Amino acid sequence: MKRRDFLKLAGALSLAGCAGTAASKARVVVIGGGYGGATAAKYIRLWDPSIEVVMVERENVFTSCPLSNLVLGGYRSMDDIRRGYDGLRTHGVQIVNDEAAAVDAAKKVVRLQRGGDLTYDRLIVSPGVDFLFGEVEGYVDAMNSGRVLHAWKAGSQTVALRKQLVAMKDGGVYVLSVPTAPYRCPPGPYERTCQVASYFKQAKPRSKVLVLDANPDVMSKGPLFKRAWEDLYKGIVEYRPGQKAVGIDPGAMAVKLEFDSVRGDVLNVVPPHRAGDIAVKAGLITHNNRWCDVDWRTLESKAVKGVHVLGDSTLSASAMPKSGHMANQHAKVCADAVVALLNGREPNPSPVMNNTCYSFVSDKEVIHVASVHQWDAGQGTLLPVKGTGGVSSARSELEGQYAWAWAQNIWADMLS
Amino acid sequence: MIPRIPLGAVLTCAAFAANAQDSAVARSLAATCANCHGTDGRSATREVPALAGQPKEFLVSQMKAFQEGKRPATVMHQIAKGYTDAQIDLLAGYLSAQKK
Repeated sequence: MKRRDFLKLAGALSLAGCAGTAASKARVVVIGGGYGGATAAKYIRLWDPSIEVVMVERENVFTSCPLSNLVLGGYRSMDDIRRGYDGLRTHGVQIVNDEAAAVDAAKKVVRLQRGGDLTYDRLIVSPGVDFLFGEVEGYVDAMNSGRVLHAWKAGSQTVALRKQLVAMKDGGVYVLSVPTAPYRCPPGPYERTCQVASYFKQAKPRSKVLVLDANPDVMSKGPLFKRAWEDLYKGIVEYRPGQKAVGIDPGAMAVKLEFDSVRGDVLNVVPPHRAGDIAVKAGLITHNNRWCDVDWRTLESKAVKGVHVLGDSTLSASAMPKSGHMANQHAKVCADAVVALLNGREPNPSPVMNNTCYSFVSDKEVIHVASVHQWDAGQGTLLPVKGTGGVSSARSELEGQYAWAWAQNIWADMLS
Repeated sequence: MIPRIPLGAVLTCAAFAANAQDSAVARSLAATCANCHGTDGRSATREVPALAGQPKEFLVSQMKAFQEGKRPATVMHQIAKGYTDAQIDLLAGYLSAQKK
């Protein structure tokens, strides 16, 4: 960072010394501008404009993972799933286009990659997931040479995977390897299966989608996905459960399994996940070297006081998926708790959250899974409410309209 | 010396604190609807109805109808059943008070 820019930033954010400007009550720093972080930033400003909110985000625009499978199918463009951050600025959120490099929770400081420190009264960490590349031998080299992609963070890899699918010859095999749960977006791999199959059916019908699932069965909406594969993509989709990828052989264009090896023309191997890198650096990981346990009434970390963790990085509560919708709900409970705590009030003792995940099984037809989660004082966590939630009775175009409307409304809810 | 504060002022402060807590719970409950129905119930789409400024009784009756299966739905019957009567009353009250 140039000195002049640093001084400008320092002036705008009062980097040195105390947290918060004279006029503000306190400063909250949010790391990550995705479904969790952007929502938390906006709602804190909505609910208490006297709190200064600084959001650190490395990208200039938001790109949605939900609906990015439609880009692979060829039914939506990257522009369709991108939105700007200007709406957040109108709420008074200060956006720092940088990456958080470290957190000093004792001093309440976030160190930025390009330079400068941000002091905070409360910190919200919402970095999504990062990958355990080491669990798939040869992955990083193969990825860097373009022989394998994950496309499990919407962006350049989504574009690259679409290009590979378009370039693939008719009669080719697209291999999708699904990691052991928990991973981001439980129905995502099976929606991707449908989207690529739909594209093949229309553009290169002799081709195949081969799903190698490390899990024992389809992890979400199983009967509805299998019905779609049978009705719409018979002869195109082949699903093999219990097939865990352990390596990549880039020369043979093959995915190595525990006892076998499977060749493909396009290799889309999604490695196992853990909480985002900054959660590791900040000492927020509590479980299995992967996830961050939180108090679900506040989303405050169980490892580090004054730091809240949202979204996919959290150790999921019972039956709670790692989804964008869920991260948005985490963010609102957290925003309410942070506002309460900074105003000397008790946080809401019994929060509630809900989830709805839509999946496109074709260009127009959609299925959903939904749930409601209420605080259980006895068990000290959020639990799905018995007899509620569920899945679609059947795939439908009506839900296709609702799914696109869901996207418009949630993007507006977090960014406008 | 302890300053004498009129009793009325003390009661008002206490009432305000309790009120702030209640209204925070109400707006948080309503915020769980916002993913699909828009911030404060102002939907950005035609497909999903706006909830802002709808009469409270209407919102409560529709949630009841979803819970009892009397209003056909794709997903709302599954969501509505997860909320208690008291929660529905609070969120409906909050949404009805929002500008359309």
